[in-house]
Amino acid sequence: MPVRQDWKVYRNVRTLNKSNKMSIIEINNLTKIYDGSEVEVIAVNGIDLSFDKGEFAAIVGPSGSGKTTFLNLLGGLDRPTSGEVIVDGVNIWNLKSRKLIDFRMNNIGFVFQSYNLIPVLTAKENVEFVMHLQGRPKAERYKRTRELMESVGLADRLNSRPAKLSGGQQQRVAVARALASKPKFILADEPTANLDSKSTENLLDIMENLNKDENITFIFSTHDARVVKKARRVITIEDGKVVWDEKR
Amino acid sequence: MILSVAWRNIWRNKVRSTVVITAITLGICAGVFSTAFFKGMAEQRIKKVIETETSHIQIHHPDFRQSTDISSFIPDATHISGNIRQIPNVTGVSKRIVVFSMVASAETASGVKIVGVEPSDEMHVTNLSARIVDGAYFEGIRKNPVVIGKKLADKLKVKVRSKVVITLQDMEKNITAGAFRITGIYDTDNFAFDEVNIFIRYSDMARLLSFPENACHEMTIKVSDADFTREVQQSVKLLIPDLEVLNWTELSPEMKYLTEAMDIYMNIFIIIILLALLFGIINTMLMVVLERVKEIGMLMAIGMNKLRVFSMIVLETVFLSLTGGIIGVLSGGLISKYFETHAISLSMWREGYVELGYDPFVYTDLELSLMINTTLLVILTGIIASLYPAYKALRNDPAEALRTE
Repeated sequence: MPVRQDWKVYRNVRTLNKSNKMSIIEINNLTKIYDGSEVEVIAVNGIDLSFDKGEFAAIVGPSGSGKTTFLNLLGGLDRPTSGEVIVDGVNIWNLKSRKLIDFRMNNIGFVFQSYNLIPVLTAKENVEFVMHLQGRPKAERYKRTRELMESVGLADRLNSRPAKLSGGQQQRVAVARALASKPKFILADEPTANLDSKSTENLLDIMENLNKDENITFIFSTHDARVVKKARRVITIEDGKVVWDEKR
Repeated sequence: MILSVAWRNIWRNKVRSTVVITAITLGICAGVFSTAFFKGMAEQRIKKVIETETSHIQIHHPDFRQSTDISSFIPDATHISGNIRQIPNVTGVSKRIVVFSMVASAETASGVKIVGVEPSDEMHVTNLSARIVDGAYFEGIRKNPVVIGKKLADKLKVKVRSKVVITLQDMEKNITAGAFRITGIYDTDNFAFDEVNIFIRYSDMARLLSFPENACHEMTIKVSDADFTREVQQSVKLLIPDLEVLNWTELSPEMKYLTEAMDIYMNIFIIIILLALLFGIINTMLMVVLERVKEIGMLMAIGMNKLRVFSMIVLETVFLSLTGGIIGVLSGGLISKYFETHAISLSMWREGYVELGYDPFVYTDLELSLMINTTLLVILTGIIASLYPAYKALRNDPAEALRTE
C-alpha cells in the first residue's frame, strides 16, 4: 500500500490511551517466526502494545525471550511474519525497502549494545553523519552536533576517534548520534551491557534527563537491574509474549 | 562525507592497503615503463628509416618502383626541386639516380643498390654523413669517390681508399664499369641497409649511365616536422600530378604496421597487468566487506541507503586502485622521462638488434596520452573490481548483520 494512503488510513484510527495521551507507536499482533531447517522458532508471538510520546520504557526478559527481535521489528530492521507496527500513523512494514530506510533515518534513533560507531570518524563526525545523510545544511549540522555532544557531556572530546574513547564515552556518542536525526523515538538494545557501573549510571542519567527535559521517547531492552530501576514502564517478555506491562 | 569515510576506510588496515597499493604501483610502473621503452624502440627504428633511408617524402616516375627500369626517370628534376623548395616546411630536397647492379673488390663481388647523390643536397635529407665511422663523406678523394656500408666493406674486405669496380648497364643497354675509390664507410646500425646501399656522386653516375641532363629516378624531400608530411605531400602532388608522390608510411608500410602493432601489444600488456591486479583488488575488497558486515549493517540501520553503501565500497576500491595507479603512473613516467635522455644499452645483444634494424641504444618515448589512458584504465579497473564486493555489501540484512560478532 502506498505511503500516502497509509497516512490517510492511520491518521484517522490513531488511538488515545487511558491517560488520553497520543500513542506514537502502535503494535498489533506482531509475530516473527524463524524457519529453521528442522524446527520453527516463534521469536515474537502476537504482541499488542502501544507507546506514548515521552515514555522511558524497558523491555526485560531472559535471554532468548525475543527482546532484540522485538526491537528489530519495532525499528524496521527485521520484517515480521505478521502483524503491524504503526509509527505516528504509518504502518512501517507497508513501506517499500527504500522508503523504510528513509523512514528509519528520519524517525528512529538506534543505540546498540556494542556502540557501533564508525571507527574512522571522530566523535563529532559520527554525530554529524546521520544529519549528512538527511541532507541537512552544514551550519545546522555544526550547531546541533555541538549541542548534542554537550548534552552527553562530551563537548571536550569532539575530535576524538572512538578508539580513543572509553566504552561509556562511546555509548554517549552513540546516544548523541541517535538523537541527531531528531527521531520520534530511540531504540536502545542493551545499551549498558558492556559498561561498568559508573558509566552505566552516567549514561542512564543522561538518557533520563533527555527524556524528562526534551520529552524524548526511549525504549530499551535490558538485563540490567539499574536500568530497570530507572524505567517508568517495564514490559516483560517471555517466549515472545508480553507477560507483564507495568507503568510506574 | 562519504568520500571522506571511503578514503579513511582504506587506511584502517595500513599493512593490507600498502601491500595492495604497492602491487598496483609496481604493475602500473612496469607497464608504463615497458610501453615507453618499446615505443621508443619502434620510434627509433622509424626515425632511422626516415633519417637514413626514405626521408619523409619521395617522388618517382609512376613505373620506376615497380620496374626499376633506368629509363623510368623524372625529367627536369632541377626545376621541380626548385619549386618544391618553395613549399613551406620543406627543409631539403635531393635528387637521386638509382641503379641495382654489382660492385666488386679484389676479393669478391656483391649485388648492391647504387645511389647517385649530390652530397651537399643529400646531407639535408638523410643523416648518412653523420654515420661515417671511417674516412669522410665524399671528401679526400677527387675522382670517383664512393661511400659504402661497414657490413659491405667487411664482406668485400675493403677499407678507406680501397678500389672497387661498379658494373652497370647504361641507358643504351651497354655494360659499363667504373673504378671507384672508397672515401668513407658508414654504419647505420642496420646490417640489411649497410650491406646493400652504396653512394656515389650524381655527376659520376650520370656520366657512367649516359643519363639525361637534369633527370633523376628518385627525389627525396625532408620536412621540418613529420607532422607536416601529409600537408607537404599534397602540395607536391598539386605541383607534379603526373608523378608518384609517396610519404614514408607508404614507402615503408611495415613501419606503420610496426607502430600500430606495438601500440596493440602494449595495450594488451597493460590490460594483462590490470587484469592480474583486478583479481587482487577484488580479493582485498571482499575481505574488507566481510570484515565490516556489522558496521555495514549499522550504517544501513541508521539510514544509509543501498546506493550510498554501494557508492562507499566503489569509492574505497577506486581510491585504493587510484592511489597505487597514480604512484605507478608517476614513477613509471619519471623513470621513462629519465631514459628519454639517457640511453638504455642493449649492446650485449647488439648483433641481433642491428640485424633487425633496431638501435642497440634505446631511448624511451613517453607520451602524455599513455599516462592519462593508464590512469583512466586504473579507475575503470577499480570500478569493475568494486562491483562484486559492493554487491556483497548490499546483500547484508541489517538485523542479521548487527548480530554478527
